[in-house]
Amino acid sequence: MPGPAPDERMRPEGRRNSQGIRVDPEAEVTHEPRQAVLSALVKHRPGVLAEVSGLFSRRQFNIESLTVGPTDDEDTARMTILIEEPEPGIEQAKKQLRKLVPVVEVTELEPAAVRRELALIKVDGEKPDDVNAVAEMYGGQAVDASTDSVTVEITGSKQKIDAAVDAFQQFDVREVVRTGAAALERGPTTLDNDD
Amino acid sequence: MSERASVPRAEEQPDEEHADEAEPVSTGAQSVVRALENAGTEFVFGVQGGAIMPVYDALYDSDITHVTMAHEQGASHAADAYGIVTGDPGVCFATSGPGATNLVTGIADASMDSDPVIALTGQVPTDFVGNDAFQETDTVGITQPITKESYFASHSDTVGDDVSEAFALADSGRQGPTLVDLPKDVTQGETEVEPKAPETPDTYEVQEEADDAAVQEAAEALADADRPVILSGGGVIKAEASSALREFAKEYEIPVITTMPGIGSFPEDHELSLEWAGMHGTGYANMAITNTDCMLAIGTRFDDRLTGGVDSFAPDADIVHVDIDPAEISKNVYADYPLIGDARKVLRQLFDAMPRAPAADEWREQCQDWKEEYPMEYDTPDDEPLKPQYVVERFSEVTPDDTIVCTGVGQHQMWASQFWEYTEPRTWVSSHGLGTMGYGVPAAIGAKLAAPDQEVVCFDGDGSFLMTVQGLSVAVRENLDITYVILNNEAVGMVRQWQDGFYEGRRMASEYPWIPQFDKLAEAFGARGFRLEDYGEVEETIQAARDYDGPSVIDAHIDPGENVFPMVPSGGDNGLFALEEDHLEML
Ligand SMILES: Cc1ncc(C[n+]2csc(CCOP(=O)(O)OP(=O)(O)O)c2C)c(N)n1
Repeated sequence: MPGPAPDERMRPEGRRNSQGIRVDPEAEVTHEPRQAVLSALVKHRPGVLAEVSGLFSRRQFNIESLTVGPTDDEDTARMTILIEEPEPGIEQAKKQLRKLVPVVEVTELEPAAVRRELALIKVDGEKPDDVNAVAEMYGGQAVDASTDSVTVEITGSKQKIDAAVDAFQQFDVREVVRTGAAALERGPTTLDNDD
Repeated sequence: MSERASVPRAEEQPDEEHADEAEPVSTGAQSVVRALENAGTEFVFGVQGGAIMPVYDALYDSDITHVTMAHEQGASHAADAYGIVTGDPGVCFATSGPGATNLVTGIADASMDSDPVIALTGQVPTDFVGNDAFQETDTVGITQPITKESYFASHSDTVGDDVSEAFALADSGRQGPTLVDLPKDVTQGETEVEPKAPETPDTYEVQEEADDAAVQEAAEALADADRPVILSGGGVIKAEASSALREFAKEYEIPVITTMPGIGSFPEDHELSLEWAGMHGTGYANMAITNTDCMLAIGTRFDDRLTGGVDSFAPDADIVHVDIDPAEISKNVYADYPLIGDARKVLRQLFDAMPRAPAADEWREQCQDWKEEYPMEYDTPDDEPLKPQYVVERFSEVTPDDTIVCTGVGQHQMWASQFWEYTEPRTWVSSHGLGTMGYGVPAAIGAKLAAPDQEVVCFDGDGSFLMTVQGLSVAVRENLDITYVILNNEAVGMVRQWQDGFYEGRRMASEYPWIPQFDKLAEAFGARGFRLEDYGEVEETIQAARDYDGPSVIDAHIDPGENVFPMVPSGGDNGLFALEEDHLEML
């Protein structure tokens, strides 16, 4: 004969949330997503970008932007990855990144890190002077002009570029390209020497 | 060195004299084979083909034994089983395109279970890559998410190093599969460069010992517990930590639960054993998991088949999590005391750090009571059709402790894990994380070659068996003494069980009344075939199959109505397992 039915069995009091963290049943803890800037040094070799981006997509990390480029060492490339996740997801993303064989080093940058993005914005060319004036307001400059169009370059934070793109709407924005953020820690700290 | 059951491994030292005699390499392919020889490879499982042909040609002059499989999926599963049984990487070969894609299932399987496997795939010549050439696929791209690393060999001078590195990587830290894709021009190309000794890449770091202060804290938490348990995962076996675990558990008298891949890490006939927990684990293990206040979890990744819904998993427990892979810490279940390191070393550290044994007499009694309350039982009135559990139990009773059990995936796999008594590590060879039907037939081949002196039995389902039945031809050709037992319910039974339980009995595509007569099929392949229907014939059929020197297949016609219990419904609460069909409705 089978033992006690499910509802007659010894039961514990506790509970965990969906992230496997024990919670006080009265005060359920939920972790709000936050933005994190991950900076990774990787071996500069074919396939590494696919490996990193594949990791982020298959693990369902919510990625905002990912930039990659060479460093002063020709064997190494550096990636800047912006993700928005609840705390445990950010920790997981760092650990999973570190696990990839071509990844040399991963760190999460302080919120105060230097963070820049470049945008090229192509707008209607009928009022070049007005376009220039707006570009200057955002510390940008026109880098190409034709009878029909002006292309403006802006560098800055995501918010600044968002605002610039908005401001240029008055001239009929035809095309925008943005690089996504590149970032470095402020001060003398580098990824090589901090642990 | 492996902790494998009883039989000492054949000496693996490369034959010095032979090594001296070895001709210098002259092609990339020879360098590939040399790298395998240097790493101690005994067997390679594979299938020939155009793009891999230069490597096979180099193998012609090697002492490595090549086992030609009937399908590449079988090659990767055989290599996987070899890796589980010996602890050393299993190696499989396939040609480019379809050969490589056929390997994929086995590689994914190895990845989910952290089994050491090396896959070497042929590729079209470098100049053709990217042109959709004949039999081209992006093998590195396809396999990247399911390997520790996939290499594209770019040059004849370095291809041997790639293979050496892949070998070292598969076998170090948390084991797992690696792949090297070998363009034909690279293997055909001339080189005199001998491969380097196997070494992991410089970016790959493994922490072997846990931080002492963290160990101390964890030990104190465990010693303070009123209701402690140890949860022993597959990582304990991989780290050769089973004896350390036994010593630890016995010294501090802590009940031990295993995960399914951890079966064999602790003897199931020991008083402290609660066997395994999870969806179809024992009632007593699931009660203990649910009610523990401190869990020492070692080498487990808290798979959802183990935890059920995480909200109800060990909800009162402080969790001490020991793992060699930092990314497993707090991935699914939050670890209060993370200990990163090799399971065997960390167990020794913990052993020394324990201030005292936990005062848990009452708890141990409680665990014993649960064994009485929720025994693993089934009905066996003689007039009913044969019960699968009976076949498994009888078989377990007559075989030596070091018998290796392989399985397919489904109900039969659950019965084979529930009703066989496992006492030794590396005797349970099954597909856990991926749950691959068709795993059993080729896995048994890999297991038998890995441990020729141990008995090998494979419990299979009719559905799983049919998926890789062609592997029988290999078992016959190699004259492997394997007993395949098909627990034949003329259905993909596990699916049917779910349909009956959760889809109002709408048995869409789960009944297989058209399956072949497996005893005759076995005979057609050149194996021995037996048909088993009655209780009275069980013992003699098992005996006859065991006595036959070569592969035999017992087609056991079991009660098609039999289902697997206990059961925790998917995402459910481990403590609320159903012991019978009626309970499912209460949950
Ligand atoms: C390759 C593959 N396809 C489908 C499934 C889904 N599946 C899980 S268990 C199962 C039934 C297995 O049937 P069988 O091998 O006859 O074993 P039984 O459950 O009847 O013992 C199926 C179809 C799977 N696990 N693997």
